[in-house]
Amino acid sequence: MKYLYYPGCSLKGTGKAYDESMVAVFQKLGMDVEELQGWNCCGATSYMSIDETKAFALIARNLALAEQQNGGEPVHLISPCAACYLGLCKAQKYIAESEELKTIIVDSLGSVGLKYTGNVKVRHPLDIFVNDLGLDKIAKCVSHPLKGLKVASYYGCLIVRPYATFDDQYNPMTMDKLMVALGAEAVDWPLKTRCCGGTLTGTVEEAGLRLSYMLLKEAAKRGANLVATACPLCQFNLECYQSKMNHDYGDHVHLPVAFFSQVMGKAFGLDRRQIGLQRLMVPVETSPAMA
Amino acid sequence: MAAWKIQGRVKHQEELDLDFGKTIASKSGGENLYGCIQCGTCSSTCPLSIYMDYTPRKIIAMTRAGFHDEVLRSNTIWLCASCYACTVDCPRQIRITDVMYALKREAIEHGVYPRRFPIPVLAKEFFKSVMKTGRSNEGLIVTWMILKTAPLKLFKQMGLGLKLLLHGRLSVLEEHMDGGAEQLRKILDHVETAKKGATP
Repeated sequence: MKYLYYPGCSLKGTGKAYDESMVAVFQKLGMDVEELQGWNCCGATSYMSIDETKAFALIARNLALAEQQNGGEPVHLISPCAACYLGLCKAQKYIAESEELKTIIVDSLGSVGLKYTGNVKVRHPLDIFVNDLGLDKIAKCVSHPLKGLKVASYYGCLIVRPYATFDDQYNPMTMDKLMVALGAEAVDWPLKTRCCGGTLTGTVEEAGLRLSYMLLKEAAKRGANLVATACPLCQFNLECYQSKMNHDYGDHVHLPVAFFSQVMGKAFGLDRRQIGLQRLMVPVETSPAMA
Repeated sequence: MAAWKIQGRVKHQEELDLDFGKTIASKSGGENLYGCIQCGTCSSTCPLSIYMDYTPRKIIAMTRAGFHDEVLRSNTIWLCASCYACTVDCPRQIRITDVMYALKREAIEHGVYPRRFPIPVLAKEFFKSVMKTGRSNEGLIVTWMILKTAPLKLFKQMGLGLKLLLHGRLSVLEEHMDGGAEQLRKILDHVETAKKGATP
C-alpha cells in the first residue's frame, strides 16, 4: 500500500521541525512516501466557526487529490498534524453519514474534475510506525539509544478523540511504547490527552496559558526531562510560551518540548539540523541523550 | 439618591425565543440536543468551564429554554477550544463540540459576539487567508487579529515574533499553491450555490 503525506500549513510554518524530522524518519525507515500534490489548508478549528459545509469541502479536496494522485486506487494519507488529522477523519465520517452533504461535496469537487469516493485511509504517523512497521523494526534502526531520557508523551486532544481508532481515548499508549523502543523511559503522566488551550493562548491568554502551564508543571513534577508532542499547536504552546508562563506564574519550569519524530530522529542518529532541533526555543540539549 | 435599578432574575416567556432550541437542534450536531439529561458531565470534563459565564450544561438548558441572546452573547461558546472531551464523555451522545460550533456560527451571523473579542476575529481572518491563498499563514493571521482587536498588543508580541523568525519558524511570505487556490475557490463557490439551492 502506498503512502501519501499531507503536511498541512503549520508544518510549513511554526511547526517546520515536525515536517523536517518526519520526512527524515520516513527515509530512514525506508518508507515509500510522496507528498500530496497541490494540497490546501484543512480549515483547522477556525473554519468550522464560519461555515461547516465549506469546511468539509475544503478538507475533502485534499482527500480527492489523494485519490487522484494514486489513480483512484486505495491509498493511505499520512497526516501528522492533529488538527488536520481530526479534520480529515471528521469530514469522511460526516460525508459518509449524510446523503445531502455527500451530494454537495461530490458535486462541487466534480465541478473542477475531482472525484471523491471516500476510499482514502487517513492515518496518523504514530499509528503507522507502531502498527504497520512495528516496534521491532523501529528498535532495529536505533543507533543512539536514549538512555536517561524520561519522556512525558503528550498526545493532546485531536489524534485520540473523538474519531481516531488506533489508540485508547483516555489512556493512549502508542507514543509511550514508541519512546521505550527508542531506549527512553516513559513517564506515567495522567494529563496526556488534556487540552493545551489550543488557540486560546493567543486570544484569551489567561485561560490558554494556564492550561499549558498545568501540563508542563505536572510533567516536571513526575520527573520528565522532555515532553514529546504530536501536534504543532501543542508544541508551540508548551514551548514558545514557557518563558511567559514562568514570568506570569513566578515559576522556573525548564522542560524541552520536541516533536516525537524529532526524538525518533535523534535515536536514529540523524543530524540535528536534519530533524530541526535548532528550531526549538527551549534547548533540547540539556536533556539526557539529546545533546 | 439615584432611583433603584431592579432587574428580574428570571425571564418571562414572552422575553424568550421559544424556537431557538429547535433551530439549534436542527443544525448539524444538534440532533440529540433534546436528549440532554442535565447530568453535567460536559461541564466537569471541560477544561475551560471554570472561565465560562455559563457552563456547557447550562448552555444546553438555556438553548432549549430559548435564552437566545444570553447564549449567543456568552463567552462560553468562544472559550470552547474544540478538545472534544465533552463529546466523548456525554452519556447521551450529544455532539457538544458541534453544538458549540453551531452556536458560534449563529453568533457571527447575528453579529452579537463581544466587540473586539479576538476569537471570532481570528476565525474570520483565518477564513479570509484560506479563501485567498488556499493555505493559512499563522504569522499573518495572528498579526491581523491583533491589529483588529488590540493593536497595542502587537508591540508586546514582537519579542515572540522575532524569536520565531530567528528560529526559522515564521514565514512572512504568503503561502502559494500554484493554481490550486483558484480551483479551491471554484469548489467553495459551488458549495455556496448548492447550499442556497438546498435552503431557498
